[in-house]
Amino acid sequence: MTLDSLALYLVSLATMGGIYAVLTLGLNIQWGMTGLMNAGVAGFVAIGAYTTAILTTGPSASHLGGLGWPVWAGILAAGGVSAVLALPIALVSMRLRSDYLAMATLGIAEILRLVVRNEDWMTGGPRGIAGLPKPFETLGTPVSQLAFLGLVLGMIAVLYWFAERAHRSPWGRVQRAIRENEVAAAAAGKNVEAFRLQSFVFGAFAMGLGGALLAHNIKFIGPEAVEPLIATFLVWVMLIAGGSGNNRGAILGAFAIWTLWAATEIMTAQLPPELGGRAAYVRIFLIGLALQLILLFRPQGLIGERPPKPLGQID
Amino acid sequence: MIADFVSFYLMPGIVLGCIYALGAVGLTMLFGILRFAHFAHGDVMTVGAYVAFVGVGLGLSAYQSIPLAMLVCAVLVLAVDRAFYRPLRRASPIVLLISGFGVALMLRAAILFFFGPDGGVYEQGIRRPMVFPTEWGRFRIQERHLWIIGGAVLIALALHLFLTRTRLGKAMRAMSDNPDLARITGIPTERVIAITWAIGAATAATAGVFLAIDTQFNPLMGMNMLLPIFAAMILGGVGRPWGAVFGGVVLGIAEELVAAPIWGGEPLISPAYKVGLSFAVMVVLLIFRPTGLFKGQS
Amino acid sequence: MSVLEVTEIFGGYGGADILQGASLRVAAGQVVVIIGPNGAGKSTLMKAVFGLVRVRQGAIRLGATAITNLAPDRMAQHGLAYVPQERNVFVSLSVHENLEMGFYSRRGSPRAATERIYSLFPDLAAKRKQPAGSLSGGQRQMVAMGRALMLDPQLILLDEPTAGLSPKYMDVIFERVRAINESGTAVLMVEQNARQALKIAHHGYVLQTGRNRIDDTGANLLANPDVAQMFLGA
Repeated sequence: MTLDSLALYLVSLATMGGIYAVLTLGLNIQWGMTGLMNAGVAGFVAIGAYTTAILTTGPSASHLGGLGWPVWAGILAAGGVSAVLALPIALVSMRLRSDYLAMATLGIAEILRLVVRNEDWMTGGPRGIAGLPKPFETLGTPVSQLAFLGLVLGMIAVLYWFAERAHRSPWGRVQRAIRENEVAAAAAGKNVEAFRLQSFVFGAFAMGLGGALLAHNIKFIGPEAVEPLIATFLVWVMLIAGGSGNNRGAILGAFAIWTLWAATEIMTAQLPPELGGRAAYVRIFLIGLALQLILLFRPQGLIGERPPKPLGQID
Repeated sequence: MIADFVSFYLMPGIVLGCIYALGAVGLTMLFGILRFAHFAHGDVMTVGAYVAFVGVGLGLSAYQSIPLAMLVCAVLVLAVDRAFYRPLRRASPIVLLISGFGVALMLRAAILFFFGPDGGVYEQGIRRPMVFPTEWGRFRIQERHLWIIGGAVLIALALHLFLTRTRLGKAMRAMSDNPDLARITGIPTERVIAITWAIGAATAATAGVFLAIDTQFNPLMGMNMLLPIFAAMILGGVGRPWGAVFGGVVLGIAEELVAAPIWGGEPLISPAYKVGLSFAVMVVLLIFRPTGLFKGQS
Repeated sequence: MSVLEVTEIFGGYGGADILQGASLRVAAGQVVVIIGPNGAGKSTLMKAVFGLVRVRQGAIRLGATAITNLAPDRMAQHGLAYVPQERNVFVSLSVHENLEMGFYSRRGSPRAATERIYSLFPDLAAKRKQPAGSLSGGQRQMVAMGRALMLDPQLILLDEPTAGLSPKYMDVIFERVRAINESGTAVLMVEQNARQALKIAHHGYVLQTGRNRIDDTGANLLANPDVAQMFLGA
């Protein structure tokens, strides 16, 4: 591997890690801050990815679309559509206990997967949608890759700023109160359901953005492009590893676990060739094991949650 | 017409329902005792199906392999409990749920590693159904369907006798009813938990083997069963074994019937979405009647 | 000879100590009653004896055995039974199954023990097949006491056994407590209904802010003007 290709590899690694950081921030808003167990992260990723795919690609007979929107509009619309679709889901399911909410969101994500597979007219069915525009591509290597990474990092910065601000605001305090003791929060006159709803929708917005970035990064989206369970699971592992409830932890966890995930690829490349085809399974197993070890030995994650300083003191 | 309906939709529905019931009954008992939704339950079914595949390779029949599958799954699940779940017993149920999520992926990855992604069948070739000509038409029944239904009924009855007639079975119900009081009463709670895991694993393993006998086995079979069995558990009221059996059978039949062309020649739901029925039922139930049709634990 | 000896215990639910050096003694064959104002730590003391509340300092002995901070599921083996105030029956199990659960840590057939309970609480015999959840409050209390007595314990702990019961059932429960005691089981109970409880008590303790305020025989406490003013509504 030459130095140039190593550098490009690191950029692509950071880009994917960054996209996952967007998703993990979204989950942290839902789970870490409010205690909403969303087991259907991949569903919102898919909503975002397909939204931007339909909006930004050229006309095609094999799927809905042909609108040719600019990429930035597609990405923003992806977050918006994801949030809008999260609203009815949230409206009907926010009263559920967290383990039931997990099952409900998992079920909703599964139904979305069926829709994606079967509604060819809209999503291209099993063939998916190819030829998504990748922003900055005209700039050539390596500027285009670096620019895309910059876009991802910028997105993280904006989301982080919003999430931190929300976290430190009275709104964030209520969210944590709900997470710790819903009954007491309700007794204190807080409309628990409305707060949970806002959290869920905000988180879904971030996941939709992440899904759109993912699709533009690989210029393709199909039912197999995002393995639903593995995508959901990776995001969960990232959040728990980083420290749920802590936005910086969420970002750190995403980069750390993505690096580990990539490192397992290098590790499994050393397997004897007859097992080489099965390397992916070893990687999944190792990530599962990593999660167990974190839960057992460092349940608070790399950076545990800290009570934030009040808003006035940081500004 | 009626014969076709029974042969091609009702019977397969009952069979699928029996398989769901076997999966859901363990899930609901585990929920009753441990208050946690075991997300790896579907993948235990997969492991059961693959153990039977190994048994078939050793010269056993698929049915003869069931005890082997039960045993291996019970030992495996007890080991998983010891290593991963038990240290987290005092943590919140959600932490256990996440841990179960991880175990599910680990089991699936292990199956994929050892057996590859393709899956298969225990026995090649097509079995002709038994034909019963009657005045209402020709009923065609697959022999394997009778075995599966018979096996499921037998297991349900055995479980019923265990829960109502034995000391340990009653203790299991007591602990599901009121874990704090069970502890105060001097019921050995860890032993009850271990037996519950063993029963849950054995019934899941049987469900997996039955599903593979009925159709085929593949690494994703259990994961695809997870939501239907959760739906069956919730339909029957969480923590109620007979409720789970009822929920499983109802969902199995409903899934086949909505795909049957009996309403004006068109199926009610496109067959591609029939597995979506369980999810829809589950989500609707969770929202409007989370304690199930019969009142279960909330 | 004492069945239970609690010596200056301190402890609580993790925060500040609720028990501040409480002591008590139950002699063989006695009924001992703990009374005191709300928040005095009466139920906490009982839970501490049964290992449900962490004891930070002090000692609890059952006969010759130290049982301080022993796990609650081990208490049955030592012949100590506890009837919590609430959620004290398995609602989905039949009356008979509830009693059988009380026998869990003993060997052999529960038949003789269940018959003994049915003769002690004849109301329950007719309802043995009914789910305990379908019974009235007073009958549930009988099931709960019966479940605890299945152990044939040296000592039974009763946490406010008459709370929320009608006056008729209150009398029945106090009368049954006396009968249980006469059959040889020592009783330690917490009661709001101090006057009636002290009438059947050999000994009583007045607890305040987690420590002993007064201890005396049941009859003397009934006659004590301070106690009368504070707790007997006189």
